[in-house]
Amino acid sequence: MSRNDIESLPPESLAVAMRFLRRNPALVGMPALLIAAMIFTVIVHPAFGSFELQSLALAALPLALAACAQAVVVISGGIDLSVGPMMSVANVLAGSLMVHGSFVGALLWSVLILLVGALEGLANGLLVKISRIPDVVVSLTTGFILGGVALLIMERPGGGAPAAFLDLAAGTTFSEWVPNALIFLVVVVGAVWTPVVRSRLGLLIYATGSDRVAAFRSGVDTDFARLVAYVISGVFSALGGIALTMTTGIGAPLSGTIYTLSGLAAIVIGGVSLSGGKGGIVGPVIAAILLSLIPADLIFLNIDPNYGQVIQGTLIVIVVMAGGFAASWQARG
Amino acid sequence: MADTGVVLSVHDIAKGFGSVQALSAAQLDIRSGEVHALMGANGAGKSTLVKILTGVYSADGGTVILNGQPRVFHSPAEARGAGIVSVYQDPALVPDLTVAQNMRLARVALPDVRGWLDELGISQLDDRALVRELPYTTLRLIDFARALASNPVILLLDEITAALPADLAEQVFKIVRAWREVGKSVIFISHRMAEVSSLCDRATVLRDGKTVGVVEMAAKGSDERIVSLMLGAEIAKRTAAAVTRSLRSTANSEGPAALEVKNLHYGHALNGVSFMLRRGEVLGVSALEGQGQQELFDCIAGVRRYDKGSIAADGKDLKPRHPADAIRAGVVLIPANRLEALLPQRSIAENAALAGFGRLASWGPIAMADERSRVANAVRRLQIDTRAEAEVKRLSGGNQQKVVIARWLASGFKTLLCFDPTRGIDIGTKQQIYALVRELASAGNAVLLFSSEMPEIALACDRAIVLYAGRVVHEMLAADANEASLLRAAHGLPPSGGALQ
Amino acid sequence: MSVAHKSSRPSSAETILTYLRRNTIVALLLLLAVFIAGIETVRPGTVTPLWISNTLLFAAPLGIFAAGQTLVMLTGGIDLSVATVASGSAYLLATNASHGTPQAILLGLLLGLLVGLANGVGIALMRVQPLVMTLGTGLMTGGFMIVYSQQMLASQPRIPAFIQALGATKLFGAIPYDLFVWAPIAAFIIYALRRSGFGRLIYAVGDNRVACELAGVRVWRVLLSAYVLCGVLAALAGIILVGGTNASNLSLADSYLLPSVAAVIIGGTSIFGGRGGYSGSIIGALILTVLTSLLTLLDIGEPVKQILYGSIILAMAAAYARLTD
Repeated sequence: MSRNDIESLPPESLAVAMRFLRRNPALVGMPALLIAAMIFTVIVHPAFGSFELQSLALAALPLALAACAQAVVVISGGIDLSVGPMMSVANVLAGSLMVHGSFVGALLWSVLILLVGALEGLANGLLVKISRIPDVVVSLTTGFILGGVALLIMERPGGGAPAAFLDLAAGTTFSEWVPNALIFLVVVVGAVWTPVVRSRLGLLIYATGSDRVAAFRSGVDTDFARLVAYVISGVFSALGGIALTMTTGIGAPLSGTIYTLSGLAAIVIGGVSLSGGKGGIVGPVIAAILLSLIPADLIFLNIDPNYGQVIQGTLIVIVVMAGGFAASWQARG
Repeated sequence: MADTGVVLSVHDIAKGFGSVQALSAAQLDIRSGEVHALMGANGAGKSTLVKILTGVYSADGGTVILNGQPRVFHSPAEARGAGIVSVYQDPALVPDLTVAQNMRLARVALPDVRGWLDELGISQLDDRALVRELPYTTLRLIDFARALASNPVILLLDEITAALPADLAEQVFKIVRAWREVGKSVIFISHRMAEVSSLCDRATVLRDGKTVGVVEMAAKGSDERIVSLMLGAEIAKRTAAAVTRSLRSTANSEGPAALEVKNLHYGHALNGVSFMLRRGEVLGVSALEGQGQQELFDCIAGVRRYDKGSIAADGKDLKPRHPADAIRAGVVLIPANRLEALLPQRSIAENAALAGFGRLASWGPIAMADERSRVANAVRRLQIDTRAEAEVKRLSGGNQQKVVIARWLASGFKTLLCFDPTRGIDIGTKQQIYALVRELASAGNAVLLFSSEMPEIALACDRAIVLYAGRVVHEMLAADANEASLLRAAHGLPPSGGALQ
Repeated sequence: MSVAHKSSRPSSAETILTYLRRNTIVALLLLLAVFIAGIETVRPGTVTPLWISNTLLFAAPLGIFAAGQTLVMLTGGIDLSVATVASGSAYLLATNASHGTPQAILLGLLLGLLVGLANGVGIALMRVQPLVMTLGTGLMTGGFMIVYSQQMLASQPRIPAFIQALGATKLFGAIPYDLFVWAPIAAFIIYALRRSGFGRLIYAVGDNRVACELAGVRVWRVLLSAYVLCGVLAALAGIILVGGTNASNLSLADSYLLPSVAAVIIGGTSIFGGRGGYSGSIIGALILTVLTSLLTLLDIGEPVKQILYGSIILAMAAAYARLTD
């Protein structure tokens, strides 16, 4: 390296790093928070070992996928209140279709279920576009309808899936400290999201969420962008439902309901702006793991685990209040 | 001028929204190598025509022929693809993306944009900067450069100089003229006649959704012809008389102080502003972009809280923490962006009555008869056109502005703060507002008027102060407030008596 | 904008549409009539005065939910905590009935007040989005109720006779008692929205918050009041509901969340605020109640009922959106 290179390098990269930090506070804050929470957990429960890590990863998997589903739609400027019910539908579909089949059969059924998720997302997107009903109302209603569909497919919890299929997420394969669930999460999210976010499509989605009018005037097909966001959300929700099958081993028609709200909690805590255009997938995924830690920690602390919901709700409220407060402080200038 | 073939030909365009027919017979012919003005009062159909040309709306009837081919655009992307690109007042840039990403969005090469930005005087642009982090004027120019870089056949500039400082506006004009020289076409929309006269070759005038004439700008009297075409001959005569009448009225320069501002400080924007506004006078405020005028008005009106100094309204100390405090002291604000001040889906009556509900005591049953009469009086006095829809958002810009003023007439006030009240308003309504402002002053109120158009200061005001870098740098009588001296003072120079060149 | 009217004469279909557009209440009543006719068709002889009074009995809780939701949606917001608040208030009432009925009722209403206050503070003062804020408080309330119910396992929840009478019985066997709660609320809200300063401000704040501030209105007071009212009304609805069902569990009102929003949307209030009113919501609530009985008559099973219910709501909301283009 020449002398010039050495002299110019540090300030330039420092400026870039500072800017990165300023623009993506969640990407730094979230992992830090998670590490802090993990440390706290280990302090409280020194027996925390690889088995506990596997349970944590498995428990967090459906929530992380629900968070991804919600994140995509919110970034595009919308909202999807049907994530939970869609997960239920995918869960009962898996539980009923895979129960007597083979591992390969289960994989094939999974593909079908993902397709169903994509179609559901397409339906949401088309309804929002054609009916001109606001997306809150559309997704609230389609969620309600999907709840009925789930009950139709399976009235009571039951069904199952081949052990080999369940093992895709349960246990470990490579190292006892790297749960399969984590590998599954990274692979699946990467496969769906990376091609999108690096392509022009990702740019369109962020643009549409940030300022729909400006994007439209710049020549963006904003309807298309929002439609695609809903389709991706449907796919992630379907994945979340399959993950529920892997976590519980069965299908249950009401299994996914809670994930609409929890998924929203995860993305809010994970740094996705509810007004659209800002945030990513990594923050929400880490937030999902964080949120999944709470029930475990409560048990370790001998606190009634039912406080978990209270804490989750309180967390959302505090985070959004802090966000709102910060925003209005800035605006006052 | 390059060859004069017709590039764009628009025939009999019609477009309706519900029961309102925005356009019924719009015609437009644009030649290559010309800068063509599109003129018309608010509500004449200009922006609807623009939106049809740029693919935001589709016409109900008529034809658009571009380069000999009949075209229909279903989206801005299609129109851009065909070579029609427009630049609006609000930059079409996505705030949470970087400049580079915004260029990719419009499929425009960044180096080309940089080239144009160089010509506009911006040589250092960090393309990784978020649009949100850049100043407004820079964004306007980036938007303009991006449009130029997509090499359009027809460039549509919609009020491009609004809120642009004079030197940047000049740069824009230079480029527009150069564009014309190489045979490109520009459609230019502006309410500033001076710009239209100096820049454009021809002007098409719209009125009531129809094209009523095409004027050669080079010909004598083209300005007056455009105005009379826009207004219809009758109104033009009437408003000319109104202006001369208003200029003749005398101001009371010895009245008590309605507003006394001493050493006002606010952040970096205001650095010790002091002036006095007397009862019975119209005091003009003139300044270039960003000299603190917005902050000054906001601080007096209670929209922002000033840091240091004092404001006295009619002798009483005023330190408003909320507009309600200022309103209680009789100081009311008419903001530049009337959409900020109006309830779009509510009626004229509800909008005009809004100021009566500031206090908790007003939450009970409404005294309907009293409200009705107060609102009716205000509407009548301002000659608000109530024929239009019940929703205020369907009114023309001029009428909308009148509704805002009606609100304060209906609830009463002592001191009126007008921030650029005639921005984007047609000439006829402008004259009415000048006359009204003078009338209010004569009746014992006090008016503080900021205008971004310097000629207005002399027309409407008794005295004028000039703001520069957050301070009042000069005070003059309206008679002396010609554009030259205002411009010099606004640049921080001592205004001389002679002409500027 | 100068108005140049279309020169061609509109067709009769267009005139009907324009009339319906201006008088949406008429369109809604027509829709209600269609559903009632549907019931009569499926099982002739069903629509009797007794059936009407039963329908009003069942519609009252939804109508009261919709009242609060209307206020909040007119300001451009939404309240997704109404279901948990209602269930929670009912549960509080049932588990504290032994301390005396009036005290138990007050406790239930107090929950609605507190949650509404929390919502109001977050939304009005901290500028949090209503959707997220109310989701959060709903979650919090639900969680608190679960914890509370664990501690209450020993005591037997019971619903006071007064509440049962209120929620399930009728005066002279004809006029439901809960109508005596709903009707005054309806009259008050309709009057307030049309003729009071508060009502004006609800519309104004929903239409353009900034304009209100500039005109001297302290917007936070209006928003806070709207959410507090919504919370108290949700609590009231829950109390009446538990009287009707005589079984207090924590998911009592879960199935009322979507209908509370749907009744308001179908009734013509825009979710963006500034436009609409409660009279439409009343008819919306009636329509949804009649729809539910129609679906029950069809004897198709709970899941299919749910699917049809949601689909019909979508269709109605879409039709409404088209009508008021």
